[in-house]
Amino acid sequence: MSERTERLSVFKTYKLYVGGKFPRSESGRVYEVTDGKNGDWLANAPLSSRKDGRDAVVAARKAFGGWSGATAYNRGQVLYRVAEMLEGRREQFVREVADAEGIGRSKAAAVVDAAIDRWVWYAGWTDKIAQVAGGANPVAGPFFNLSTPEPTGVVTVLAPQESSFLGLVSVIAPVIASGNTVVVIASERAPLPALSLGEVLATSDLPGGVVNILSGKAAEIAPSLAAHQDVNGIDLTGTAADLGLAKQLEIAAADNLKRVRRPRAAEDFTADPGTDRLTYFLETKTVWHPTGSLGASGSSY
Amino acid sequence: MSAGTACRPLPPAPFPAPPKAPADVTGPAAPPRAARALSRALVSHGSAWWEGLYSRYARRYAQLVSMPTAPATAKEHALADAVASEATLRRFLQGLPGVDAVGLEARAAALGTRSIKTTAKAYAIDLAISMIDLTTLEGADTPGKVRALGAKAVNPDPTDRSTPRTAAVCVYPDMVATAKAAVAGTDVKVASVATAFPAGRAALDVKLGDVREAVAAGADEIDMVIDRGAFLAGHHMKVYEEIRAVKEASGSARLKVIFETGELSTYDNIRRASWIGMLAGADFIKTSTGKVGVNATPANTLLMLEAVRDFRAATGVQVGVKPAGGIRTSKDAIKFLVLVNETVGEDWLDNHWFRFGASSLLNDLLMQRQKLATGRYSGPDYVTVD
Amino acid sequence: MASVFEYAPAPESRAVVDIAPNYGLFIDGEFVDAADGKVFKTVSPATEEVLSEVAQAGEADVERAVRAARKAFEKWSALPGAERGKYLFRIARIIQERSRELAVLETLDNGKPIKETRDADLPLVAAHFFYYAGWADKLDHAGFGPGPKALGVAGQVIPWNFPLLMLAWKIAPALATGNTVVLKPAETTPLSALFFADICRQAGLPKGVVNILPGYGDAGAALVAHPDVDKVAFTGSTAVGKEIARTVAGTDKKLTLELGGKGANIVFDDAPVDQAVEGIVTGIFFNQGQVCCAGSRLLVQESVHDELLHSLKRRLSTLRLGDPLDKNTDIGAINSAEQLARITALAETGEAEGAERWTAPCELPSSGYWFAPTLFTGVTQAHTVARDEIFGPVLSVLTFRTPDEAVAKANNTQYGLSAGIWTEKGSRILAVANKLRAGVVWANTFNKFDPTSPFGGYKESGFGREGGRHGLEAYLDV
Repeated sequence: MSERTERLSVFKTYKLYVGGKFPRSESGRVYEVTDGKNGDWLANAPLSSRKDGRDAVVAARKAFGGWSGATAYNRGQVLYRVAEMLEGRREQFVREVADAEGIGRSKAAAVVDAAIDRWVWYAGWTDKIAQVAGGANPVAGPFFNLSTPEPTGVVTVLAPQESSFLGLVSVIAPVIASGNTVVVIASERAPLPALSLGEVLATSDLPGGVVNILSGKAAEIAPSLAAHQDVNGIDLTGTAADLGLAKQLEIAAADNLKRVRRPRAAEDFTADPGTDRLTYFLETKTVWHPTGSLGASGSSY
Repeated sequence: MSAGTACRPLPPAPFPAPPKAPADVTGPAAPPRAARALSRALVSHGSAWWEGLYSRYARRYAQLVSMPTAPATAKEHALADAVASEATLRRFLQGLPGVDAVGLEARAAALGTRSIKTTAKAYAIDLAISMIDLTTLEGADTPGKVRALGAKAVNPDPTDRSTPRTAAVCVYPDMVATAKAAVAGTDVKVASVATAFPAGRAALDVKLGDVREAVAAGADEIDMVIDRGAFLAGHHMKVYEEIRAVKEASGSARLKVIFETGELSTYDNIRRASWIGMLAGADFIKTSTGKVGVNATPANTLLMLEAVRDFRAATGVQVGVKPAGGIRTSKDAIKFLVLVNETVGEDWLDNHWFRFGASSLLNDLLMQRQKLATGRYSGPDYVTVD
Repeated sequence: MASVFEYAPAPESRAVVDIAPNYGLFIDGEFVDAADGKVFKTVSPATEEVLSEVAQAGEADVERAVRAARKAFEKWSALPGAERGKYLFRIARIIQERSRELAVLETLDNGKPIKETRDADLPLVAAHFFYYAGWADKLDHAGFGPGPKALGVAGQVIPWNFPLLMLAWKIAPALATGNTVVLKPAETTPLSALFFADICRQAGLPKGVVNILPGYGDAGAALVAHPDVDKVAFTGSTAVGKEIARTVAGTDKKLTLELGGKGANIVFDDAPVDQAVEGIVTGIFFNQGQVCCAGSRLLVQESVHDELLHSLKRRLSTLRLGDPLDKNTDIGAINSAEQLARITALAETGEAEGAERWTAPCELPSSGYWFAPTLFTGVTQAHTVARDEIFGPVLSVLTFRTPDEAVAKANNTQYGLSAGIWTEKGSRILAVANKLRAGVVWANTFNKFDPTSPFGGYKESGFGREGGRHGLEAYLDV
């Protein structure tokens, strides 16, 4: 009887997702990512540098015009497409999340299902938020006055450290739903589901550069992103366990008055997300138009 | 501290024409002050100065033109091409800048908040009196009524002979002779409405006959109505040609062209009608007959002042403005004078260039005048009822 | 040269306002001296006359005021919304009753024309309180979920350009939502806030709900840094705004900032020209240009540049500069010697950099702080006067060729507060408004304000909105 050799599996080289492409870190560095339970080696992830952050901002800025200018309906279709693609790769993500977070398969499956459903939730919001957050203002004069929410611009997001996938989706999806573009720093300890998400986004009709995913150390990459003059907002969710870093980043963000979302203790990403994250990186634009009467001379026809 | 004075009086509008005899430009009997202002402007501004300021309408239509010395109508001045055909006229009118109603009314209202006190008020009241076309346009007008009106125009306040005379009396054509006799020997003019006033719904021959009769009876000024139906139907050339014909029939009488702004309804229409009137040779553009719901308002008068200002800048021809109907109080009249002062400036602050079509306004001005003179409020029994 | 129709002086009576020789800080319902006894003088910028001597708050006073506000918070926030609303309605009504007095006071202390305080500032102040009064018992329906809670003590720092209006923008929504307030007015314009304290007294507002601390930047800094302040709201310069953002970093303080601007007023070749000229004048010369949302950059389509500039200069020559209390004055005094120096320096920079300067031929009064309406032509994006906020009656004129270029130039600034669009083409208004990165866009109008209309900036013009339903969010824990 001949001995059956077990087939050697093919490992995946995890790469960043920047501008719709999958580059390695320009620094050539990687770091070891381990299993959340036993500490076994899972993969080497790119250890992003400040320059990777800078490239990601360039890509996000380039994508902003098209993405913010797309119709809300179109953005909704794209976000829904992400859910569809994710559903098709559900098994892969269940495995990756289970490994990354050191949880059982059924728990991981619940997490992935919730993440897919979250994309659906925000897909439906894209063409409703303007009606909820904006509207006509009854000014005391012959003017039509309308307030409309608009995306803030390029937003840096520090993804939650613990909830490597549901948390990640919960912080990215609302920001891009309204037309912002994002540079996200994945969970440092568990970046693999985030990097795999890039593969899903790349096949979901999402224009390149709308979401840019970096792995590495937030403490290394985030300060230059917080100070970057072409970044308009920063979500510090991922610094919940490092308030010193959060404060440092908030101070740096003041240089160009970024909109800062501070970290909150013990966020539960399985809870109803509401509209908080959806409205956080929105600007309100109010436009005044004269109306007047139909006829001249104070006529009232 | 200085008490809020204007930075500088309005500079005279630029003239594209080479210097010319002021009297030729300003029409018959230009008052000396206006003539002075005119020649001052002509001397102080060379062609380079106005060139940069030249409106785009003028630029668009001015290629063929070298300015004649005494432009009388559009046929001779810079905008001649505008009236070459119905099509060119329509294009020209549509090329005029639009009017934002809210902004226009806001500006008129803002100027209405000027506080005109003491010496300024006294000046304004006398100026307003001198600008009135004292008007009676009733089916019930009789020679007796018109003689009384003439006497009032010549001597508005029997208790104070220093009161200025009104500019004119304004009557129907059949009353011109009576009016003429009533103001004989004074500088009070006789204006006659004509052209089937107020509706203007008659054949051109009839309208011209109306005008010729009034002129023959001695009218110094003709107040015609435009064909609003033709204007609203888009037959701008018909409106233009009719004004031209009336102008010709008027001879040396000055022609006031009434648009009936209340019927034109929109400010864009009022601006376009103003330009048709000026292109056709109007000496005055006038808001209303006083016979419809909406007559003179600060906003439509402001708009017409802007039109005459721009027309002079483009052609060198100065045209007068006459709001008529609904101006009943001194306060209202002073608001209109502020509009004149701050829109076209002192060149128009003269009854050769600005008039009020009114009747009851005069008594209110007289009562205010008495109040300023005596310190007491006056009453209706201290002014004449005519 | 005197005009034929020269308006006689028409001064508003000063007698309607009684300014005391001294004012204290308003803490816990009482006027008190500063802990260290410091005072400062407030002058009329039109005459340099000293109007009053005012207690100058220091750190110890901030401490006292925050403590008073904290103490008052529990009861105030627990009041039924309808009751809080009625206090605000009372305040709105008293402001209406006393509006002439307050208008004259504001004109004296600020230097702006009585025409503006009477017809713009005061009506808007009363309307703002009236608007937010109505929200106090309707917060459940404001779209922030059920039972939104007040934040606590609001520390508010306001500028000198619209002293009472900025107070209203800050205090009305704060009180309506159940917060208590410590407000620091600007050091050059403390008086109307102190009169407002008296209005609170007349309205019977509970002690400590509103505290007013006249003082300088150090008092403002102490206030925003105070650990027991839950909410910071600031209107003023971008530089100070950034400093405040750094101060509150790492805390739980909620922050809104209303900062500088360099608004582009875009005039297309098909604009309603006469109204556009008025809009340009309103845009940059309203309140002597000391307006964060001023239309300080005129972007005019090159094909109509000469024509528009002629009309504009003609119009500027009719502006009436002088005694702010005269009812016919259009242009009043610059608020302070310091501000005048800044405007003067920036205008000199404009000239030095080669822009062509034109100044309306105004005679300036011999005392007080004055700057004649000025415009610069031949300005490009590279000129300092096209980039820096001047905060004075100085307009920089640039040209563009196409709508694309207009939008690109309008957006090419670190600010994003306001913009104007002048065109008769409706679709162009919507297209351009859509592309402008500015919080308030005025189409065929400019510098219009209303309590129902959210106001605030993009980019370095700050964040958060004041006014309207949006303005509630800044004062609620949502």
